[in-house]
Amino acid sequence: MNGFKVLQPGLLTLLQDAGRIGHHRIGLTSGGPLDMLAFKWANRLLGNPVNSTVLEVSIGGLVLEAEVNTLLVLTGAEMPLKINGIEFERWHAHRIKQGDRIELGYASQGARAYLAVSGGFQIEHSFGSTATVTREGIGGLSDGNKLKQGDYLPCNEVTSGQAFRLPELHRPEYTDNISLRVITGYQQHSFSDFDKRMFFSSDYQVTDRADRMGYRLSGPEVKASIDGILSEGICHGAIQIPADGQPIVLLNDRQTIGGYPKIGSMISLDTARMAQLLSGSTLTFEEITIDDAHNLHCLAHVKFERTEPEDVS
Amino acid sequence: MRIEIAGENALIIYFGEDTDPHTSAKVQRAVTILETEMADKLIDMVPSYASLLVIYDQLTCDHLEIQAMLQNILTQLESAPQAKGTLITLPAYYSTESGPDLENLAQRANLSIDEVIQIHSQTEYRVYAIGFAPGFAYLGEVDPRIAAPRLSTPRQKVPKGSVAIADQQTAVYPAVSPGGWNLIGLCPTPMFDPNKKPTMPVQVGDRIRFEPISRTQYLALGGEL
Repeated sequence: MNGFKVLQPGLLTLLQDAGRIGHHRIGLTSGGPLDMLAFKWANRLLGNPVNSTVLEVSIGGLVLEAEVNTLLVLTGAEMPLKINGIEFERWHAHRIKQGDRIELGYASQGARAYLAVSGGFQIEHSFGSTATVTREGIGGLSDGNKLKQGDYLPCNEVTSGQAFRLPELHRPEYTDNISLRVITGYQQHSFSDFDKRMFFSSDYQVTDRADRMGYRLSGPEVKASIDGILSEGICHGAIQIPADGQPIVLLNDRQTIGGYPKIGSMISLDTARMAQLLSGSTLTFEEITIDDAHNLHCLAHVKFERTEPEDVS
Repeated sequence: MRIEIAGENALIIYFGEDTDPHTSAKVQRAVTILETEMADKLIDMVPSYASLLVIYDQLTCDHLEIQAMLQNILTQLESAPQAKGTLITLPAYYSTESGPDLENLAQRANLSIDEVIQIHSQTEYRVYAIGFAPGFAYLGEVDPRIAAPRLSTPRQKVPKGSVAIADQQTAVYPAVSPGGWNLIGLCPTPMFDPNKKPTMPVQVGDRIRFEPISRTQYLALGGEL
């Protein structure tokens, strides 16, 4: 099969589709892209099915060599895209010829970029998904491994694929000092009004212990009135408060059950924004109702569907 | 039964506050009922000791709709047939060679090694939850005489198949991983195999018994030392 040769894997590059669904009962987590919006745009700008496999590139440094003719697009973090040494526009599909060298620099804003090719990378599914979860050793090219030098990424030869460009005004901005929306839930009654107010009115910093499993934050201590709970299911975005009072926002590679008290959960539109922050960034929390969360989710969905990218085929 | 909001597309149902077989059986019955009655509405479920997390598609249903459906459907819970859970026997090679914490655990409990083995293998356990890692089944409850707290310094590498105790829980490590449980033996049955169907020999609600085997039997069953 045709494909791309990995000349340099970058810091952390993972094959991801939309995620692994329906296997929580045997302990498998969801995996999938941390920034769902940038992932969805990467596929849409090539006319790909929504669940096509792309590369999630964290921080940068990926270098590929094409052994295929296809189209390629890069969305997400501001990571310079060079084809044969010349810088090309991101959020814009480009034609790639056999022998081309594709090089990603390091992100100047944001942390995760998504590189898609026409039709998606052709990767074998494990448990119905290609999503790479390194902690579980599942997905990706084999055994949940991140990309390494010498890997080969198979994809189809495409000479007349669709190609689009997303106009600047529709592109997300990846900025620091953001407010992230949280629905209170789970053990929220085990937090005093004072502790909740502290949580929703303070600045928190992203620590260097922030990865695909969860973002550990640092800031004013928040205390639950209970030490732990009987282990229970953890949903995406759940915010654990361990004994040290420092919140952990659980993301795609979280463990499926756990016993720390949780104050609530961040909405997925905002976990995507948080996952674009590097350690040291500042954020705050804002409380919203679940009805507002549903509305925001549906509005974002409609907006995505109705935003027409420019045809550049 | 109490339903709480967990996240933007997740509700959590609490069936009780404690670890007990009765509550666990309720969770299990709820999973079975919801699988047939609400399969088209739910994306995934996470059963645990006394709770069930349900995840739904918020583009097609909202929390009120799901909550109403859950409340309505789960009225059948009390009258649903009691699932007994399949009884599964897992062989275990208990020894100081395969269980580096066996001796310490026996000393702390003021028991002989043989007594610890006897107590561990004569109890029938229930699979309360699966999580932590793919295929990691939390089994309860361990006889209080051999319950032991987690190690103060977790091991970097616990061997695959290790039979272990933490407080009143016991488990078999499905793969090599870091871990702080007390290791008392090795089980040759693979607890998680992605290429097999089913991928796990046990599911939540099953009953488990450990059967002591010799070193030779352990090796013959494919166990590694």
